[in-house]
Amino acid sequence: MRSRTPVSRRSSWWWLLAATVTAAVVSTSCSGGDDQVVRVYSGRHYDLEQAFEQFSEETGVSIEFLTGSDAELRERIEAEGEETQADVYLTVDAGNLATAVERGVFAPLDSEVLDRAVPASLRDPDGNWYGLTIRARTIVYNPDAVAPDEVPVTYEELAESRWEGRLCLRNSSNVYTQSLVASLISHHGRDRAAEIVAGWAENAEIMANDVLILESIAAGECDAGIVNHYYLARLLEDDPDFPVELVWANQDGRGVHVNISGGGVTRYADDPDLAQQLLEWLATDGQSAFVDGNHEYPVNPEVQPEPLIRDTFGVEFKRDDLEASTFGALNPEGVRLMDEVGYR
Amino acid sequence: MIDRVRLGIGDRLSLIGWPVAAWLAALLVVAPVAFLATSLLDPNLEVWRQQWDTRLPGQLYETVVLLVGVSIGTLVMGCGLAWLTSAYRFPGSRTFGWMLIAPLAMPSYVLGFLTLSVFGYAGPVQSTWRSVLGENAWFPPVRSLTVAILVFSTVLFPYVYLLARAALRDQAGSSYEVARSLGAGPIEAARRVVIPLLRPAIAAGTAVVMMETLTDFATVQYFGVDTVSVGVFRIWRGTFDRDAASEFATLVLVFALLVIGLERVLRGRARYGQAAGEAAGISPRRLRGARAWAATAVCGSVVALAFAAPAVRLALWALEEAARSDRSLFSARYLEFLQNSLVLASVTAVVCVVTAWLVANARRFGSSSATGVAARLTAVGYAVPGPVVAIGVILAVVALDGALEAIGLGLPGALATGSFLALAYAYAVRLLAPGLNAVESGLDQVPVDMTSTARSLGRRPGAVAAHIHLPLARTSVVTALVLVAVDALKELPIVLLLRPFGFDTLSVWTYNLASESRFEQAALPALSIVAVALIPVTMLSRQISRREAAVTDQEWRPGHG
Repeated sequence: MRSRTPVSRRSSWWWLLAATVTAAVVSTSCSGGDDQVVRVYSGRHYDLEQAFEQFSEETGVSIEFLTGSDAELRERIEAEGEETQADVYLTVDAGNLATAVERGVFAPLDSEVLDRAVPASLRDPDGNWYGLTIRARTIVYNPDAVAPDEVPVTYEELAESRWEGRLCLRNSSNVYTQSLVASLISHHGRDRAAEIVAGWAENAEIMANDVLILESIAAGECDAGIVNHYYLARLLEDDPDFPVELVWANQDGRGVHVNISGGGVTRYADDPDLAQQLLEWLATDGQSAFVDGNHEYPVNPEVQPEPLIRDTFGVEFKRDDLEASTFGALNPEGVRLMDEVGYR
Repeated sequence: MIDRVRLGIGDRLSLIGWPVAAWLAALLVVAPVAFLATSLLDPNLEVWRQQWDTRLPGQLYETVVLLVGVSIGTLVMGCGLAWLTSAYRFPGSRTFGWMLIAPLAMPSYVLGFLTLSVFGYAGPVQSTWRSVLGENAWFPPVRSLTVAILVFSTVLFPYVYLLARAALRDQAGSSYEVARSLGAGPIEAARRVVIPLLRPAIAAGTAVVMMETLTDFATVQYFGVDTVSVGVFRIWRGTFDRDAASEFATLVLVFALLVIGLERVLRGRARYGQAAGEAAGISPRRLRGARAWAATAVCGSVVALAFAAPAVRLALWALEEAARSDRSLFSARYLEFLQNSLVLASVTAVVCVVTAWLVANARRFGSSSATGVAARLTAVGYAVPGPVVAIGVILAVVALDGALEAIGLGLPGALATGSFLALAYAYAVRLLAPGLNAVESGLDQVPVDMTSTARSLGRRPGAVAAHIHLPLARTSVVTALVLVAVDALKELPIVLLLRPFGFDTLSVWTYNLASESRFEQAALPALSIVAVALIPVTMLSRQISRREAAVTDQEWRPGHG
């Protein structure tokens, strides 16, 4: 009697397992139907669901999406080739977009709507991809530790020796750091850029993400740093007294470094017209739904940013108008430069 | 008697069948890796030179230090705690026996982040420290190689602990008792009998630990440690050069081959099989007074630091987040994530362990060294970082699809990529090794004589495997199932890359939040991974308790010398 029970219990477990597996396999391999569907691979994760639901309500076209990391999703589209299910590829950072063009992931678009909505410096000259949101990578500091007259206002001055042991910066594996360094190379030439980055490496504690940098500045481990503006906005949303201030960098010169998230229609899209329609909507009527939740700035100059960043950080600031496609292409050079000067 | 020499047709078939199965498994594992290795045919010398001039020497150094440090850490903790909980009785020893497996449920990237947030400059520990000892009080650097080694050791020691304990219980324990009853002192008995018998288990466990450490690229970055795996990802994501990245991935592979070689050496040439069937195991001695409480304190602090405290921290975050936002604590799709995670982990565990069982038995029956090579090859997948395996699987499946189409048997499009089958295949490629290691270390303890005797008495290999090997290595087989299932639950890069539309798991959910640095929101899914991973861990611990109860019931206690 005693030995019977576990055996029968075990076999019922097996049945359950077999049933769920079959269900999973069947349900995943029988997707698709007659409905209009756009399928999106996205390296950007935040607030997709809300924006896409709104699009479906307005147009009746449903959206299936798959999040992941940018490089891997691009590899998946390439490896899938003509078999790919992706109609749209969304990703963060101009470097990722530039690489996708190079690998032939995108099909160029001819869209008046997009050309009007997205400023020329934030899209590919050939129409392969379009920026959809703007993130500024700028300087932040702790007002208790930095006197008003010494607040850093340029990326370059953070390389000076008075900032030794006072900086927190993001590691070189991160695309935002890579793009910022790429923009330095583009503006100053390689040698001067190397000097600046070497100065940063000398002065800074290198960290794994922007939130750690902001928390370390708030706690007093360092006095200043460089982060994407929306990370600070998020912390301010939870705690309006969070003790870190933002300053728009290089306002007397070229302006603050801005990066984008954006996307394009894939070369082997099943329904390119629908995919294009989605991108057009995201750049116009869907801008607010797409950018507001993450406190990003809209690419479309006619759309207002959400209240928190509008009131706290402002709208009127000078942006570096270096073309995203230019610094995107310089990303690999930025990585090599950081390797050479010992910026981890 | 003469009859047994003549082989029947069934015998011949099954003798061919075993090695064929082993080689088929090896081929399936190696194929995706081989697709990527083709990049080596045309190496990008410029990238190699540039890396060698800049970061590569440092990466090699830090990889070696990390691997050596973590193996020492896990060996000391794993073997020490296994011995303590097996050989002695002290307050709570039974409970600790299974609770010490729990850290296995904690993904290392989660513990790494928690360590930084608690012990980092901005965290509560250092804040208190400064308020007591002054603003500039010295505190050991937290973002360091040393702390990274401690974190890895803390989450990975159960791999060694589990296998060492299983070996102590199944085989080595009773030998220790025999040695002691024959007059050997405890240290001599341990040195001459227990350690040699434990060697396969320790070697297998440590190899798993080293591979896990080697292919990690998330946790190390929290601590600013620059390993060869980090190098692969920097090249891939930073310079967008996939070919150069896969060339560097072969460097990771070289490290892995060294680890496998080391394991072979440690495991030794000898087969330490035991003649006993159901082993009596070790009979624990009772510790008294201060020594007993010290033992309790050691086990208690390990459980607290490695599991309880982090779990509580996550739970508090999840509650804070729930109080702050008006959104429901559980996403509407929570049950779906949970179900997907469970299905994927179960399928992977079963596929891997069944395959591992075939391969391990094939090695036992086939005397040829070719089968041994096949067995070693199946471990290759574990040595390759997850995303690399995933891309390799896509390429392999697409190639297979093309080949089948050419002969008019095209797969339906959805099956080729992004299907559950491709996903399960990639998981199996990646996680076969821990399963095989555990199964083999169990099978190694079954004496070769016993196999050959059964064979010579006319039993077919299949029957020997089922009726003799399986009962004797049962604990190891269950251990293998648990190890693979837990690993599969925690695995992230593969499911991220290969999953079909709409197939999100708990780890994908955690990733989506954590990659946006929304750690408070990621607390709930992370905690769910831990909770779900506890299910197989509990199943295993129940088995351990049952067997221990059986051993204790026999009340076999030799007199002390």
